Amino acid sequence: MKILILGAGQVGSSAAYHLSREEANEVTVVDTRADVLRELQDRLDIRTVVGHAAYPEVLDRAGANDADIIVALTDADETNMVACQVAYTLYHTPTKIARIRSAEYMSAKMLFTQEAIPIDVRISPEQLVCEYVEQLILYPGALQVLEFANGRVRLVAARADRDGLLVGQRIATLKEHIPNTEGRIAAIYRDGLSLQPDGDTVIQEGDEVFFIAARQDIRVFMSEMRKLEDPVRRVVIAGGGNIGVRLALALEQTNQVKIIERDPKRARHISEQVAKAIVLVGDAADEELLLEENVDNIDVFCALTNAEEANILSAMLAKRLGAHKVMALINRPSYAELVESGSIDIAISPQQVTIGSLLAHVRRGDVVKVHSLRRGAAEAMEAVAHGGEADSRVVGKTIEDIKLPPGTNIVALVRGDRVIIAHHDTVIETDDHVILFMTDRRKIESLEQLFQVDVSFV
Amino acid sequence: MNWTVVQRILGLLLMMFSLTMLPPILISMVFRDHSWFPFVEGFALTLIAGFICWLPVRKHHEDLRLRDGFLVVASFWTVLGTFGAAPLFFAETPTMSLTDAIFESISGLTTTGATVLTGLDYLPKSILYYRQQLQWLGGMGIIVLAVAVLPMLGVGGMQLYRAETPGPVKDTKLTPRITETAKALWYVYLAFTIACMICYMLVGMDWFDALCHAFSTVAIGGFSTHDLSIGYFNSPAIDLVAIFFMFAAGINFSLHFFAWRHIQVKHYRADPEFRAYVFVLVAVSIIVVTSLYYTGTYTAAGDNFINGLFQAVSIATTTGYTTANFAAWPGALPALLVFASFVGGSAGSTAGGIKVIRWLLIYKQGVREIVRLVHPSAEIPVKLGNTAVGFRVVDAVWGYFSIYIVVFGVMLLLMMAMGLDQVTAFSAVAATLNNLGPGLGDVAAGFMTLGNSAKWVAVLGMLLGRLEIFTLLVLITPTFWRR
Repeated sequence: MKILILGAGQVGSSAAYHLSREEANEVTVVDTRADVLRELQDRLDIRTVVGHAAYPEVLDRAGANDADIIVALTDADETNMVACQVAYTLYHTPTKIARIRSAEYMSAKMLFTQEAIPIDVRISPEQLVCEYVEQLILYPGALQVLEFANGRVRLVAARADRDGLLVGQRIATLKEHIPNTEGRIAAIYRDGLSLQPDGDTVIQEGDEVFFIAARQDIRVFMSEMRKLEDPVRRVVIAGGGNIGVRLALALEQTNQVKIIERDPKRARHISEQVAKAIVLVGDAADEELLLEENVDNIDVFCALTNAEEANILSAMLAKRLGAHKVMALINRPSYAELVESGSIDIAISPQQVTIGSLLAHVRRGDVVKVHSLRRGAAEAMEAVAHGGEADSRVVGKTIEDIKLPPGTNIVALVRGDRVIIAHHDTVIETDDHVILFMTDRRKIESLEQLFQVDVSFV
Repeated sequence: MNWTVVQRILGLLLMMFSLTMLPPILISMVFRDHSWFPFVEGFALTLIAGFICWLPVRKHHEDLRLRDGFLVVASFWTVLGTFGAAPLFFAETPTMSLTDAIFESISGLTTTGATVLTGLDYLPKSILYYRQQLQWLGGMGIIVLAVAVLPMLGVGGMQLYRAETPGPVKDTKLTPRITETAKALWYVYLAFTIACMICYMLVGMDWFDALCHAFSTVAIGGFSTHDLSIGYFNSPAIDLVAIFFMFAAGINFSLHFFAWRHIQVKHYRADPEFRAYVFVLVAVSIIVVTSLYYTGTYTAAGDNFINGLFQAVSIATTTGYTTANFAAWPGALPALLVFASFVGGSAGSTAGGIKVIRWLLIYKQGVREIVRLVHPSAEIPVKLGNTAVGFRVVDAVWGYFSIYIVVFGVMLLLMMAMGLDQVTAFSAVAATLNNLGPGLGDVAAGFMTLGNSAKWVAVLGMLLGRLEIFTLLVLITPTFWRR
């Protein structure tokens, strides 16, 4: 697939990285900064074009003519919108994805039609990150909460600790523990390596367990992995940027929220926006300030500033001062790996959160949702099974009959409104939404083929 | 340094290269020249060597780093030159010493076209074919070919590609994927070769000569199957076909690719390097032809024209075909032609020399200094067409130029120390470093009269010229090896 990425910022370059890793994609990146592009081209097998992303001449040089997808990720909403419009008008690019940050544009739904501003998919990384953090606060103890089928099914990652009911026992005993709820363990990571779970696998303390269940059953499942934590009440957000403020607005009705912002003017501005949250002016890494605001009593400390180093340090400080749980926004995968095993409970990677929504459009076959996991090594995916028994490789078959590539599991199905947790004898029907978990994303191509309707039969 | 990766790729490349010894066996069967056995030996030797290299490290899949790229390319060209010499060394006719065999093989692969063989017309066809094929493989670059057919190189492919392709600006890719870029280049190259072969056959060559000469024409190599080179055919039509394809192969292949992709030719005229390239060729041709005419070197006016034009294009593009003994031409002509080879072809072509674009940039900087004298406070960027050239590129051009002069000087002294006279030594160094082929004085016909040590210096010069000095030179710097 020929993909045109506009803007080589953080999201743009990580998108280029993820997309160019897949053999089938040909990626071209456009940016105005030649030095950034040169550095990017040294690392990735892509083509780069220097120039303003919305100019027709630049798009032409970048091969917009035969591009299948254009992904506009520059830091200006307006550039992204115009670029998509130019691509649509001049080159009839089939799929146009753009980052739209400001909520003002996003709320005007009528704007993004083919006649006005033709953008098929609008991504707001801030919005996505904010929702992601919200989910983590909603399910205390979870490392990741990912939604499928419009939120009907959730995939949750949690670290097993010694108080979990299932810890130290075989997975097969799960049925006896909670006889009335259905769910399934999708993957287990022990010391960073994935295990292929079956009924005889024994869950150990410290394992990172991915399980899937219907929305209402998540808490029951969580109690199998670790002691249920009390719902979060007190939240401190470090950094009053877009993400911080959005999160505060989302949480302030149900939780006690405090925002720490360094810039007095910005703090003033935020305080006018929020209703109940308290805005504090100061440095998030200031010990005095944190102690004064009873950091030892708070449930969650989220460091969400632009500077990842500052996030790491302030989160570590808060943890040492007694904050129950700390999260930090970290862009670099290597930093995330460094801190997540010890000093910081959850590292939030904005790129990983965002990339999934891009990947869903790049995949062949009808893929509704993709979540990138474990810094891109694993992937969870929701695909629709099309066709009939004759021309599909999955429809009409039981799960054990489907030839899945190694490291891949079918974990659940969504049929209409019903959530079906996958068993070896479950039969897949036409238009089922199939939720898969891949521990090795290099097998993605064989998986894509599985869900494509074979044209030769039609 | 990531030795296992280097070793693995080297092993793979050697195994791939061993396959190129199979077509000569076929040729040998067709002509029944009874010299297929050396190729079987060469094939087996190369394949086994590659296999032994690859086997212990086949499971290592780390990425290639920038430094590893240099090491792979430099060591591959060296190793390849040696293994490529195997069939020549094993062959009974011609009988060649190891030095001669390696000289011939490297001269082929680097598209130099200098030979130590005489009596080409009486050699087995398979040996002749093999020499031409070496040139063809070396022309577009065997590593570019490897990048095209071995998809596992990935990002590392870019490092290899950059270390092998000539020219100062190497970041432009024709397509997003490096394997696709390499494939595109080889398709264009292949298309030119086929077209060239057909044209040669149309103007009267037999298919074997046409194939062999097509190989060395589009590669800007210069090997021939006859001692008299193109002069053997004594046909103006063949000369003209050769002139056209030498000219085309000296143009940047990305321009050809663009023409092929968009079915247009107007972009050639817009390219500053192409215009400078044409200007140089036309200027040299006019000077040569008029000088020949006024000195009355040939009695027939047509001979003056066709020989002058042919030699001008052949030497200036660094091909090295001959239709006349230009070393014996009057006045400054022999020196002028050798000097023209310093300019060479365009960047990204199969030609040697310093490359037109570098000269163009140097020239533009000279002009800039003159303008500065008149307008001391003017801001004058160096421009190619309408785009300003970055400082890094301009710096790199000067760096290349100065290292070229130093290398040239050192090699000239070495050659003279080995007993060559000044003219011979100068032209021998120019002929090897520019990947030209024929020189003046004692090396006008070939390098057979040189001593062994002088041949080794020439081998070094050819490798330095093909890999544009830096790729090879970087390996002998301490910085490269420091961790």
